[in-house]
Amino acid sequence: MAVLVIADHDNAALSDATAKTVTAAKAFGGDVDVIVAGKGAGDVAAAAAGIDGVRKVLHADGDAYEKQLAEAMEALIVPLMDGYDALFAPATTMGKNVTPRIAAKLDVMQLSDIVGIEGQDTFVRPIYAGNAIMTVKSSDAKKVVTVRGTAFEAAGAGGSAAVETVDAPGGPFKSAFVSEEIVASDRPELTAAKRIVSGGRALGSAEEFERLMNPLADKLGAAVGASRAAVDAGYAPNDYQVGQTGKIVAPELYIAVGISGAIQHLAGMKDSKIIVAINKDEEAPIFQVADYGLVADLFNAVPELTDAL
Amino acid sequence: MKVLVPVKRVIDYNVKVRVKSDQTGVDLANVKMSMNPFDEISVEEAVRMKEAGTATEVIAVSIGPQQAQETIRTALAMGADRGILIKTDDDVEPLGVAKLLAKVVEAESPDLVILGKQAIDDDSNQTGQMLGALLGWPQGTFASEVKAEGGTVNVTREVDGGLQTVALEGPAIVTTDLRLNEPRYASLPNIMKAKKKPIDMKEPGDYGVDISPRLTVIKVTEPPVREAGEKVEDVATLVEKLKTAGAV
Repeated sequence: MAVLVIADHDNAALSDATAKTVTAAKAFGGDVDVIVAGKGAGDVAAAAAGIDGVRKVLHADGDAYEKQLAEAMEALIVPLMDGYDALFAPATTMGKNVTPRIAAKLDVMQLSDIVGIEGQDTFVRPIYAGNAIMTVKSSDAKKVVTVRGTAFEAAGAGGSAAVETVDAPGGPFKSAFVSEEIVASDRPELTAAKRIVSGGRALGSAEEFERLMNPLADKLGAAVGASRAAVDAGYAPNDYQVGQTGKIVAPELYIAVGISGAIQHLAGMKDSKIIVAINKDEEAPIFQVADYGLVADLFNAVPELTDAL
Repeated sequence: MKVLVPVKRVIDYNVKVRVKSDQTGVDLANVKMSMNPFDEISVEEAVRMKEAGTATEVIAVSIGPQQAQETIRTALAMGADRGILIKTDDDVEPLGVAKLLAKVVEAESPDLVILGKQAIDDDSNQTGQMLGALLGWPQGTFASEVKAEGGTVNVTREVDGGLQTVALEGPAIVTTDLRLNEPRYASLPNIMKAKKKPIDMKEPGDYGVDISPRLTVIKVTEPPVREAGEKVEDVATLVEKLKTAGAV
């Protein structure tokens, strides 16, 4: 039996989500291969080969793969699946975008965002924003899953798998990359961060969000997150959003500032180890999941906290 | 340009979900049902395209029980022109939905299909991408901006690191994210008008595709409950607690 894992990367570095997906693939069982599709992503292929437990790395290089657009990824991976029993991808925006196309081509019903594996055909996944947990059995011959990163530890280093070049279909494809606005930041990536400080609508403006949250994050070496309300209001960029439809995080420490705690937000962070809530409304639902709750005006409490740390 | 908008009837997003005690699923009896919020965004986008003169016709399609007709009526009240209900009391999985929609696309020949990126009940986030693959159409998922000009659809996508814009050679698939637009509330006159708009009644059997489920639910359980901790007096106490817990 063999599993193919799709690597998530930016041609320079392999994402942490990939090593977590490898752990899930190992739990499923069989040989684990990783496909690195990109442009000039040799370093990424080498990094994937170093993940503990990987049998081999398939490296596909071409212009069409620079941004891992779904149409090209489908053309590349569908034929490869003849040699595999399962396809595992991280539930990142790349994995969510690409994987269902491959599943449909294989006539397989995908299992999204799995948090557990109970045998060769049985998987556990959250539904209804994590308010229910479903254990489900697949009757498809091949399995196609995306893996929730917070549910699996990253596989360690120390592997020395062979890297094999595979032919990459050159297209033309019906989609083309035009441009991107990727926020460059020295802070840790949200889904991989050990500590997160997250701001809500109570911050009142983009200026205040930045003025209060950034120094606290810098003091803690934390990533910055936000509630949907704060993102919708334009206080924080979209890639900060934590929640059911944003990023799912589970850091060691999550500090929620001015976030009331809608079900949809809790769905994205309630597996954090320690949750701190700072909110002036003592009835805010966020306090029901917080280990430490501080009922206070955030405009005083946050600078005070930043100074005290 | 003709736009097809699939809409799903789901548990209202404000309802607190209850898991059934026999672990067979979630209790949907006497629970408020609404259009999936992401699908409302899809309908809004299609209607705006029609108002801007880009789209000529907006068709809302739903797969579900008789009551899914109400969901289609909501879309019609927002400004869609007509509806198609593929009536079934069975749960249809995203793969089955994509197969049925591919047949609807074959019959209706739209230039664009706009779907919600995920339904808030099963949180799969698959149907649009699957439909794209079955039709051989390109996709712009998690859209925060859509511009259709000539035969090209430019889609700005919400991705992990920020935003990405792709150009799709139409016909194409778009799936909507939260920031694409703010859906309107239907006005009373438009709700009345929507009652006269036509809805085609179909059944899955009319389309000749295999939509039998591939997944069997073993059980549905409550997630582990997180206990509320303690309230702290002030920032100094908070810092002390965090230090004791080894968190800072």
